[in-house]
Amino acid sequence: MDYVNLFVRSIFIENMIFAYFLGMCSYLAVSKTVKTAVGLGAAVIFVLAITVPINYLLDNYLLKPGALSWMGESYANVDLSFLSYIMFIAVIASMVQLVEMVVEKFAPALYGALGIFLPLIAVNCAILGGSLFMQQKDFGGVGESAIYGVGSGIGWFLAILAIAAIREKITYSNVPAPLRGLGITFIITGLMAIGFMSFMGISL
Amino acid sequence: MSKKEKKSPIVLFVSEEKEPLFSKKNRQLISDPLNDNNPITVQVLGICSALAITVQLKPAVVMSLAVLAVLACSNVVVSLLRSMIPSRIRIIVQLVIVASLVILVDQVLKAFAYDVSKQLSVFVGLIITNCILMGRLEAFALGNGPWKSFLDAIGNAAGYGLILIVVAFFRELFGSGKLFGIEVLGHKGVTMAESTGLYALGYENNGFMLFPPMALITVGIFIWMQRSRNRKLIEKE
Repeated sequence: MDYVNLFVRSIFIENMIFAYFLGMCSYLAVSKTVKTAVGLGAAVIFVLAITVPINYLLDNYLLKPGALSWMGESYANVDLSFLSYIMFIAVIASMVQLVEMVVEKFAPALYGALGIFLPLIAVNCAILGGSLFMQQKDFGGVGESAIYGVGSGIGWFLAILAIAAIREKITYSNVPAPLRGLGITFIITGLMAIGFMSFMGISL
Repeated sequence: MSKKEKKSPIVLFVSEEKEPLFSKKNRQLISDPLNDNNPITVQVLGICSALAITVQLKPAVVMSLAVLAVLACSNVVVSLLRSMIPSRIRIIVQLVIVASLVILVDQVLKAFAYDVSKQLSVFVGLIITNCILMGRLEAFALGNGPWKSFLDAIGNAAGYGLILIVVAFFRELFGSGKLFGIEVLGHKGVTMAESTGLYALGYENNGFMLFPPMALITVGIFIWMQRSRNRKLIEKE
């Protein structure tokens, strides 16, 4: 698959929020103001871009059926794919911890901005979802998986930015009381998802 | 699945504390999440998977059972280990416990319900990061005994399953005219004359219900209905 096509697909057509509803919990919880939404979105792009290629390597050289053949003939038909969940989540949790430490040391300003959101990301469905979809799609190389990671991160970022902007404005409208807050956010997200459906079938 | 595992800690716990097994407080742990404190519509937990697998009833039911099993086991395990887990690394410890349980559930599903497990695809794995699990482990199991945590898990998983099944019921009924894959509204033939049931009267399926956006809108409408009936849940801005 061509890189540009994959990139655009992962942002718009297979958008993490609007097509798969991944990372909905933090999407709903942290989208009250644009500023915090941008912080969380940036952190998600960052972590997805790192963890998806790492998990790709792990999957291809350790977990897949026959992936261990580089160790010798006798390992050629070992299938460790049932371990993929625990490996992926361990990689994600430790990468998040590592990223947190590195950012704190070398970019204190960015750490100040992302600070509270970084630990939360370990349990964001979009991150694990990115790795699991990567495993399912069977990419051709590290490059493709990295592009996919960045693309789906940007898609998530765009979605949370859009809903945060709408929610900031919606406080000025007269929403029916029982629908206020969560209910109207769901319905707006649904309407936005209908909009995003129009990207279906686009290929570059 | 692992009934034995669950039972022994319960007996231990009851002998420690002299509280009736089903006291009023304990019963509330189960009944609250069904309505007033529903994980999906009130606590906003576990929405990711709730929306994606509600196109049909069967995967929704399987998913609720899977979440019930994982949540009950992990809540009890974490609650037993709560004094031993250092708080700095507790998220990783919880993730490892949950991930091992999810692997078990995934293997069981692959062995006994292969077609459903194919339909659920990545969403079985995503139980690991289902916010209900982390939410309940953090908020409840880390601070309460095993029996209470078990009840809390059952209640929250039931509240989650309730919404899942109700949403899936409406989406499958209106979207494809089926329930559990059985054509309840009659058979739709190529022409009117070949159709039976409602389709013979000119009824059409609303295929849009099967698309992802309608899951969001359906849940939104449920929240609206629940809050109109239960005014104290209305958010104050």
